[in-house]
Parts: sequence; C-alpha cells; structure tokens
Amino acid sequence: MARTKQKRLIIRTSILVVLVAAIVYTIYTSATKEKIEVLGIGDEAPNFKLVDLDGEEHRLSDYKGQGVFLNFWGTWCKPCAKEMPAMDRQYEVFKDQGVQTLAVNIAQSDFEVQRFTDQYGLDFPVVIDKTKSVMEAYNINPLPTTMLINSEGKIEKIITGEMTEQDIASFMELIKPE
Amino acid sequence: MNKIICACGHENPEGTVLCGNCGRPLTEEAENLKLVDMRYEGSARRSQTYNKSIVDKIWNFFSSVRVGVWLIVIILVAAAIGTILPQVLYVPATVEADIAAYYERVYGTFGKIYYELGLSDLYGSWWFQTLIGMLGISLIVASLDRVIPLYKSLKKQRTRRHESFMKRQRLFAIGENKLGEETLTRSEQKLTELGYHVKREDGAVLGERGRFSRWGPYINHLGLIIFLFGVMLRALPGFYVDETMWIREGETRAIPETPGFYLESKEFILETYDKDQADDVFDEAIDRVGTIASNYQTDVVLYKKPEDALPGQTDKLEEVKKDSIQVNEPLKFDGFAVYQMDFRLDELRTMHFDLSNKASGESLGELSIDLVEPETHYDLGNGAEVELLRYYPDFSGFEDGEPQTKSPVPNNPAFLVKMTTPETPEGETSFVAIKQTVEPFGENEFKLEFKNVDTRDVSGLTIRKDKTLWILALGGLIFMIGVAQGSYWNHRRIWIHETKDGRLAVAAHTNKNWLNVKKDLDAVTEAASLPPYDDQQDLEALEEKKDGEKSS
Repeated sequence: MARTKQKRLIIRTSILVVLVAAIVYTIYTSATKEKIEVLGIGDEAPNFKLVDLDGEEHRLSDYKGQGVFLNFWGTWCKPCAKEMPAMDRQYEVFKDQGVQTLAVNIAQSDFEVQRFTDQYGLDFPVVIDKTKSVMEAYNINPLPTTMLINSEGKIEKIITGEMTEQDIASFMELIKPE
Repeated sequence: MNKIICACGHENPEGTVLCGNCGRPLTEEAENLKLVDMRYEGSARRSQTYNKSIVDKIWNFFSSVRVGVWLIVIILVAAAIGTILPQVLYVPATVEADIAAYYERVYGTFGKIYYELGLSDLYGSWWFQTLIGMLGISLIVASLDRVIPLYKSLKKQRTRRHESFMKRQRLFAIGENKLGEETLTRSEQKLTELGYHVKREDGAVLGERGRFSRWGPYINHLGLIIFLFGVMLRALPGFYVDETMWIREGETRAIPETPGFYLESKEFILETYDKDQADDVFDEAIDRVGTIASNYQTDVVLYKKPEDALPGQTDKLEEVKKDSIQVNEPLKFDGFAVYQMDFRLDELRTMHFDLSNKASGESLGELSIDLVEPETHYDLGNGAEVELLRYYPDFSGFEDGEPQTKSPVPNNPAFLVKMTTPETPEGETSFVAIKQTVEPFGENEFKLEFKNVDTRDVSGLTIRKDKTLWILALGGLIFMIGVAQGSYWNHRRIWIHETKDGRLAVAAHTNKNWLNVKKDLDAVTEAASLPPYDDQQDLEALEEKKDGEKSS
C-alpha cells in the first residue's frame, strides 16, 4: 500500500514537474526573445572582419587579451554623434591600458563616414559594415548600441542608447584587463 | 485509502459508483437511480481516489473538467479582447515610446489604457501563455485520470452482470426463456453475424462492438497536446524564423537569422496587365481599376560565405544560385524560404547636375552624384571642378545652422559643394537640396542645376523557416482521427443471461446512437425469441409527459 502511494506521488510529481518546466521555459524564451535572441551577457562575442577607412582590416580576434569597446553607430543618429567626442577622449586614456575602441558604422558610404570622422577628429578605428552582417551577428537593433567585450572575448555588458563621458570611462574601466 | 468491497467480493477503489466486476451500484445515490450513469463505466476517476499530499491537490485541480472548461472560457475571453485593437506587431512603430504614443493618438484614452495594461501584446504576454500552458496540463492530467480507469474497467468487465446493473440499463427486458439452452447459442450466432465480439460463460452472453470509439476523446486530446507542443517548439531557437528584410537593387545584404547566407538584389519587377494582351473579358475590369498588377518579382543571387569566413568578410562569397522570387514562389534554401512581400518604387539612386553660369546660363559640364557611394571630387574638365564637402541623404532642416539628416536613406538628398571654375579659382560654396539652394558665403556666380535622377526599387522580403509545421499537421491529423473515431463509431454492448429462477434478463447499452443498438437488439430478439425489451428512458419521458398533462 505504502509503495503504491509512493509510486503514485513520484509519477504525479514528475509529470507535473516536466510540464511546468516546459511551460516556464517556453514563456521565458519568448519573453526574452526580442532582447537577447542569440547573444547575451557572458556569451562569446562573435568574431568578425571589417575594413576601416584606411583600408586596414580589423578582426575582433586581433584584440585578444584586450578589452574591446565595440560601438555601433550611424552618422544620422544624433545620440551617436553626441557621444563620439567623449569616446575619443576616453580612447586616448585607455588605449595604453589594454582597452581598444572600435566603431562599426552601419552600411553607410565611405564619404559620409570619412567626413564624419574628419569633422569630429576621431582617432580610433572606424569600420563600415557594408552588408549589415556584423549587425546581424550581434543582433543590433537601436543605435547606438555598445558591446563591452572583456579580455577573454566574452560579452560583459550591452548598452543601448547614449552614454555620458563618465559612463564611457567606467565601462572602459570595467573591461580593462587585470 | 479505503476500498469498497462489493457483495460479489470484488474490491473497488474509493469513489467507484458501479462495481468493476458485476456492475452492482455501490453508492446510495446510484441505487436510488432508475438508470445508472454509465460515464467512465462508473469507475472511480483517479483524482477522487487520492487526495492527500499537495501534489495530489494540484493534480486534482487540473483533473477537473470544470477547471478545464473555465480555462477555455478565460482563454476565449482574453483572446477576444486581444482583437479589439491591432496588436503591437501591426502598429507602424518600433520604439516603445512611439508605440505608446501611437495607441494614444489613434485610439484615444481607451488606446492608452489598452497599451498600459499590456493588451497590445496580449498573445505574447506571460500570463496568456501561462493560461495556454495550464490548459495543456489540464488536457494531459484530465485525460490520464479518466482513460486509465476506463481502460481497466472495460478490459476486465465480466460477462455476467448483476441484475441490479441490468435493470438500470436503458434497454432492458426480463421474461420467460422460451428456447432454453438454445437461446444463448442463437443469440451468440446472431450477435457474431452483426459484427459483435461475443463472450460466453456459464449462462451469460456479452456482445460488444466498437469499443475503440471510447478512446476517441482521448486521441483527440492527444492531437491537441501534440499541436500545443509544436507551438511551444516555436519559441526555441532553430525551429521557427519569421523575419523581414528590405533590399535595394544592387545591394548585397546578410539574410537575417540564416547561417552565413547573403542575398543580392539584381532587379525588382512590377508588371501590370496589358489591355491588348489580356483576354477581352478583363477589359472592363482594367478600364474600371486602371492598372492591375500581374507580377511582383525580385531577381536575386543567393550567396553563402565560405566556412572559414567571418561576418563582415564579404570578398569571397560563393554563389549558391540565381533565382526569381515571385509571390507564392519563394526562394528556397537550407530549410528557409524567402518570400516576396512588399516593395517601394523609385528610391533615388543617382542625381545628375549641370554646373552652369547663373548670368549667361552657359554650362560647364555635367556631373552625377552617386547617392550610395558619393565621391569627393568631380572633375568636369576645362578647369572646372566640384568638390563634395558634405552629404545629407535625408535632409530634414537646419539645427544651429547645421544641416541635419534624419535617416541614411536618400529620400531628400542635400549637398554642400564647393564649385571651382577658371573664373572663380577661389571656389564658391553652395548648399544644394531639392527645390532649395543656399549660398552661405554670399552671392555665387555659378550654380549646380538639377537635371534628372536615376532611381532604383526596394524589395520587401520575408524570411521564413518553420520546422514545427509537420508537428502541427500531425497534431491536427490525430485530432481529426479522434473526432471521427468518437463520432462515427459507437460502443454498443448487449448482455443476455439466465437468472437464478430460470428466466432471461437482457440489457443493452451504447454511448451514442440508440437507434442502431435497438435495431441490433430487435434482430437478436427475433432470432433467439428473447423477451421484448423496454426503452426505460422513453418510458420515463412518457410518464413525465402524462404527469405534466394531469397537472395542467
């Protein structure tokens, strides 16, 4: 008698647990789908290869061992333009401390990007994602979006929207190698 | 757990209404009924049997049909509410703030409340999905709780039932055994002839057919569960993709959600019906409507990046195939399908200008500015040159004297140019936009005169992948099999036995379609000279009718 009772409890509990787990998982994934989709904090940052305005190739893997401040932007995007000078100043501060800054423009013309970097006097490398494939790989939706990638190549933080100079400084501090 | 021991000696679980062995009513309530309730064969639903631990209580909650019906009602009401205003997916805004503003602007206060309550994304909300999940649990638990005892009681049913069971069946007869020994043999023969499975044991016959129709509702539930499972899989990565992409003629773009596939648009084609070529019957329609599209098509080339290539590295793309995407004729590859969904015609591509002397109107030459990849210098020969200083693809006005662009799309291109001619070696600066020229540093001698423009079309494509489709189809098929099984077949049983005092008792039951079981019983009655039966439910109805007449 006691055994059938125990068996019943086990069967019922396991059926309910399996069902509830399946439902919770489904709801969780569909609720967070828009936000992370495939990339999340702690994930390996996908490697890519893009060409900058001087024709030089940049791979993410070139910066292994360094923190990478990866900024996605466009010239028409006002908050992007606003944070650029601050990014440039912080780039100068942190570039010798192992934090690299890389700005990825979304499929604009060389002309526009060149004029923009000249206008703002940007010193960090600016690459153009002509086919939007890197944007796709990183699931970039709003601009600006900044990916903080630590020295192990893992995503430390994802920031959407404009950053102040203090923000930028503290974020670069965050991914500074030990 | 208490057992109920029937007079026949059979042990029944608590909650049993009719003895699983002989069919005697076991509760006072059942004993007082003229006709027994044959639902689940009077067996105890498992939920009634055990009700001790918290797990049992949860189990019993989901086992209840009442709870299931309430869940369905709540889901129906919620789903209906979701149709009052368009869901967020169909609203022309992408940013949260714009969406909120849209609802308030278009639908007023009601729209604002609707949005604030989260009803604008009702089907994706956690609580709606929880309800669907609870319905799924209810389907599984309630089915298990009923199908197992029903299966057991039908499997071990005895050929001889107790008289108290027999006389509470709707079709019942008791009377003289005219043919003696022969009766049961003839009955058996006739029942077999009618397609019944017959069991015979000491003085009793049970004919049964179509038992499998009793499983119809459970098969049906199984189909629903498989269907829900398929829908659930859509939330998992890799099973379901529904994305859109806009691609301009001449562009190569990464296809969203695909592993390293790129698409190049060669051309977008919009064709309309031509009155001369179409059949005469269509002339009237063409006259009335004007142009009617006959074809939307995007000619594309599909590429895949080499295994070792990284995102962004597009110099070594490998061509997979060329194809024309038309409505209902998607480009198919690797489990994906790319459909023609939308288009925009005539987006600006290249602008042609004439550098001319304002006073004389004399032209110094033409230049074309590529709006996608503009160049810096345009040499017109004979010493005239135009230098592009700034480019604003979607000019939206000045802010602090600085021209602004609101998007990277050349909807309203504007340029800041420096024009140098032999007559003006210093150069003249001009801001050139459509229908607007500003000369910031005083009157110029030369101007860029707009000549004409080249355009290109944009294709709106949808990328689909659905690995759950066959699961949904399977679920639907099983659902329909269950429905057919329960509707077109019925479970009929006829019991005949000799009573202790040598008379003959006959009873029949079916879960539906009483007309046919009566026909069968008529045939057996004739073949084996059984006592004539009464339809006890009709008798009741008759009596009620009589009573009604009397009192009125």
